[in-house]
Amino acid sequence: MSYDVIIGLEVHVQLQTQTKVFCGCSTAFNPQAPNTQTCPTCLGLPGALPVLNKKAFELAVQTAMGLNCEIPLFTKWDRKQYFYPDLPKGYQISQYDLPFSRNGHLDIPPATDGDTPIRVRILRAHLEEDAGKNLHDESGRGAGSMIDLNRAGTPLVEIVTEPDLRNAMSARRFLEELRLLLVYLGVSDCNMQEGSLRCDANVNLHVHGPDGTKIPTPIVEVKNLNSFRFTEQAIEFEVARQWEQYQKTGQTIHDAPKVTRGFDPDRGMTYALREKEEAADYRYFPDPDLVPVTVTEEQLSLWRSRLVESPASRRERFRQEYGLSLYDAQVILDQGVLFADYFEQVASQTKDGKQAANWLTQEVQRVLNDRRWTLTEFPFPAPALGHLLSLVSTKKITGKSAKDVFNLLVEGDEPEVVTSETIDATIAERGLALVEDTGAIDMAIADVIGRNPKAVQDFRSGKQAAAGALIGQVMKAVKGADPQSVRERLLKQLEG
Amino acid sequence: MSLSAKDVEKVARLARLRLNETDIEQYAAQLSQILDYAAILEAVETEGVEPMVHAIELANVWREDEILTSLPRQQALQNSPAQDGKHFVVPQILDAS
Amino acid sequence: MSSTAATPINQLSMSEQLQRLQNKAISSVELVDATLAAIETHDGSVGAFLQVYPEQARAQAASFDERRARGETVPSLAGLPIAIKDNMCRTGDTVTCASRMLHNYRPPYTAGAIERLERAGAIVVGRTNLDEFAMGSSGENSAVQLTRNPWDLERTPGGSSSGSAASVAARYVSGSLGSDTGGSIRQPAGLCGVVGLKPTYGRVSRYGLIAFASSLDQIGPLATDVTGAAILLEAISGHDPRDSTSVDVPVPSYSQLVQQPLAGLRVGFCPAHFSEGLDQEVAQTIRQALTLYRQLGAEVKEIALPHADYSVAAYYLIAPSEASSNLSRYDGIHYGYRSDKFENLADLYAASRGEGFGPEVKRRIMLGTYALSAGYYDQYYARALKVRRLIRRDYDEAFQEVDVIAGPVAPTTAFRLGEKNNDPLAMYLSDIYTIGTNLAGIPAISLPAGYSKSGLPIGLQLQGPAFEEIKLLQAAYMFEQAAGVLERKPGMVGG
Ligand SMILES: [Mg+2]
Ligand SMILES: [Zn+2]
Repeated sequence: MSYDVIIGLEVHVQLQTQTKVFCGCSTAFNPQAPNTQTCPTCLGLPGALPVLNKKAFELAVQTAMGLNCEIPLFTKWDRKQYFYPDLPKGYQISQYDLPFSRNGHLDIPPATDGDTPIRVRILRAHLEEDAGKNLHDESGRGAGSMIDLNRAGTPLVEIVTEPDLRNAMSARRFLEELRLLLVYLGVSDCNMQEGSLRCDANVNLHVHGPDGTKIPTPIVEVKNLNSFRFTEQAIEFEVARQWEQYQKTGQTIHDAPKVTRGFDPDRGMTYALREKEEAADYRYFPDPDLVPVTVTEEQLSLWRSRLVESPASRRERFRQEYGLSLYDAQVILDQGVLFADYFEQVASQTKDGKQAANWLTQEVQRVLNDRRWTLTEFPFPAPALGHLLSLVSTKKITGKSAKDVFNLLVEGDEPEVVTSETIDATIAERGLALVEDTGAIDMAIADVIGRNPKAVQDFRSGKQAAAGALIGQVMKAVKGADPQSVRERLLKQLEG
Repeated sequence: MSLSAKDVEKVARLARLRLNETDIEQYAAQLSQILDYAAILEAVETEGVEPMVHAIELANVWREDEILTSLPRQQALQNSPAQDGKHFVVPQILDAS
Repeated sequence: MSSTAATPINQLSMSEQLQRLQNKAISSVELVDATLAAIETHDGSVGAFLQVYPEQARAQAASFDERRARGETVPSLAGLPIAIKDNMCRTGDTVTCASRMLHNYRPPYTAGAIERLERAGAIVVGRTNLDEFAMGSSGENSAVQLTRNPWDLERTPGGSSSGSAASVAARYVSGSLGSDTGGSIRQPAGLCGVVGLKPTYGRVSRYGLIAFASSLDQIGPLATDVTGAAILLEAISGHDPRDSTSVDVPVPSYSQLVQQPLAGLRVGFCPAHFSEGLDQEVAQTIRQALTLYRQLGAEVKEIALPHADYSVAAYYLIAPSEASSNLSRYDGIHYGYRSDKFENLADLYAASRGEGFGPEVKRRIMLGTYALSAGYYDQYYARALKVRRLIRRDYDEAFQEVDVIAGPVAPTTAFRLGEKNNDPLAMYLSDIYTIGTNLAGIPAISLPAGYSKSGLPIGLQLQGPAFEEIKLLQAAYMFEQAAGVLERKPGMVGG
């Protein structure tokens, strides 16, 4: 017997607003100062009322557009009712039957060149408020739990996928692609340590019956996975556990209700959460304190036109237009939207994507890392780098010289912003321009051969490496000579 | 529409209300009476009528994403039955969510 | 009838009080002192107030007097004592909603309507009793005390704004604020022989009004006369960006316009408002009122409100549903009453809520929880919302024909305390004439129309189209002047 793994995800993403979704309190992450970012509204005080943050709604719509969702022209707010100490009103403002978006998809990119992407359908995305934070007494002996409501009311988009994922690795790669998209759209910082992106995974198996039927096992929801690795681990663990469970009990989806489990990263295991006495009854109903939101087609097309290009589209373009490998394209995309923009500027100037990619992923990244610079602090603007690389590809300078110039110009505490002129001046100053005077090169070669009979002897007796030392001496004598041409001419003289 | 004591207990659990037995019996009778009365609504033709959630129907009421002053912590906690100067304090929360 | 000269200044109408304050014929301190003295004398038996703020009120009065003496311009209500229902927040006060749940609750902010009231210069002299969380029609659901009807202390003042109505009827103050979810301003006003106005939904900010049913609640004025109600309404009306349901439309100068003659008034009446349960004396008084309107030159004609009979049923599903949700926040965790009889967190919730809420509040929470629960939502809550729209449409159509709809406020005059205590449905049915207004979101005013043989006030209700409060006020003023109903006061205050 074998089985298919069926996985659907519910992802909660914190939107990058200054203030909470229904009040003016700051959303800054501030666990050191609990209960300092609250007001009557997010404390749920009697008589306080919510007013929708326009930016939160716009960011939510952008998110859904990035996920290729339909945006209905009418949406409304509902109350989801349950009692919990981190939920001061006794209900969460969320969206039930008319979410602001539905029916989208996000493709998991191929893992290697030649693979095809995997489409994951998005059932819906809705906007809601986050709860506060419960801090548990770690001593384990009844000091009680402490509640911090700083986070209560933070805007979240909840993204619900169809159960289209078939293994733990895809689930992880889906989340990685989702994170990249959200960061590109600028809708979330996706900071997982701060809980900006959290995931619940619904997992079960479709066991292949002997007669070809598929028998679904009970669905398990693993709650609150706050890292991609944990998500992958939790799903892997669940698959094994559920398979074992099925072999032992034969229980199918019809025999047992959906249960929720937690994940213990230290032990790499999921564990049963205490079951409620009865199935949850959230008693959703429209929030009478909030009014609906309506949008027009014109508004939607305006927003759509302002949407930044998705990583998926860029990845494809980098491969098509600049001839990058999937791997190189991904390395660049992973550095963020500014870096990808920078790459595009350089590559379109030099018409050599591969060269630009190599420079960016090696020289540029090394300097950014060493100097702890962001791209905005980096003193080498894209047109300058484009100029430098063009000099290499048109053989005005050597690659080695280009690197020397590059390193020279980013030295110092506060290097000046590099321009094409400063590059040219540096090359001139250091005499790095490629020497095309073959006479001078040949004279230098003859001179070096004359002064190094031992090396010449070695070379002629078959030690190819001996040529290297000779080339080095020629290069020293003729600054700016093209090593390739020096090598050719030297070999000709040695052999000739 | 008659509500049993069991129905009442279920609703009370959902609403987090501790009731005694007399309460439960009384509520069962009273709620049944009220729901019986409410059954007159079944006579109304409501086909195609949109539910009316708001008394005055507005749309698109927003605020800008601008920070307003939050309450000092002391005021946020001032009405709490139990607090430690920084947090609201409740009995140990177990796993139930 | 006492001559004007002998009338204690707290018993003057609001416009007279304001005029004398302005003329410096009286000082605000004198007026506040007279109010406090009247409360001192009578409120032991009436029980209108839960809190009185004598020092604060005197200090504010003195400050206005000084500013007046210095010749400063002061706001329009400067120095006027007003009572407010104890379900509106104000920083520094304890706000209880007459519930054990909030016995010690101190809000860190002030309600939008109270801000406006105070900005207009009114002085909050105290907080008045109500049915717990504004749920009730007799005031008897207060967890704190009984309020009695100043016209007959054995009878109910009505509710839920019991104390706000009684404090005006007893002439402690010329005006007060109440809140109206299903008739909670108009019914006690009617039973107490004062004027009460429920504004259009969205006219007055709900920010800081402790919610009962959010889509129905509205703060409004009570006063001894129509002009007083107009003055207070003007002070508290207007857009509040902190309330998403607050409507941004200009506020007419009600106080200036109220006494303007109204020509070509069309008054409708609805047979449904003269139904079976209506007391004969009340019915007769309302018919007389219609006759008077006719004599005053108004066109009086019958209109239909075909779904009026369903309003109580729709209301008692919608309001408790919203209430069950709104009152979830009282959980003994962040504020309010916490029981000490709990073993764990689940217990803490159930015990605190079980002990903190009174029987009527629990009844409505149960009803609403049930109506919203899985399997019943469509049958109860959603159906009620559809009927609500049909009720609203009825009004829209009626107001094509008439300017206002006149009818009774309540089926009977003030009933005896305790009379309907054990029959919640009977109590709910006493709201039958007022509830449609809230469901439709339209404004309505209740004003004294006459008195029963036993000397109890009978109220007349006028309902009008959304944001046409001015029409209601003018039509009511016109009646008030012609009917001579203002002359009577409860015996206890020299009527
Ligand atoms: Mg959610
Ligand atoms: Zn807040």
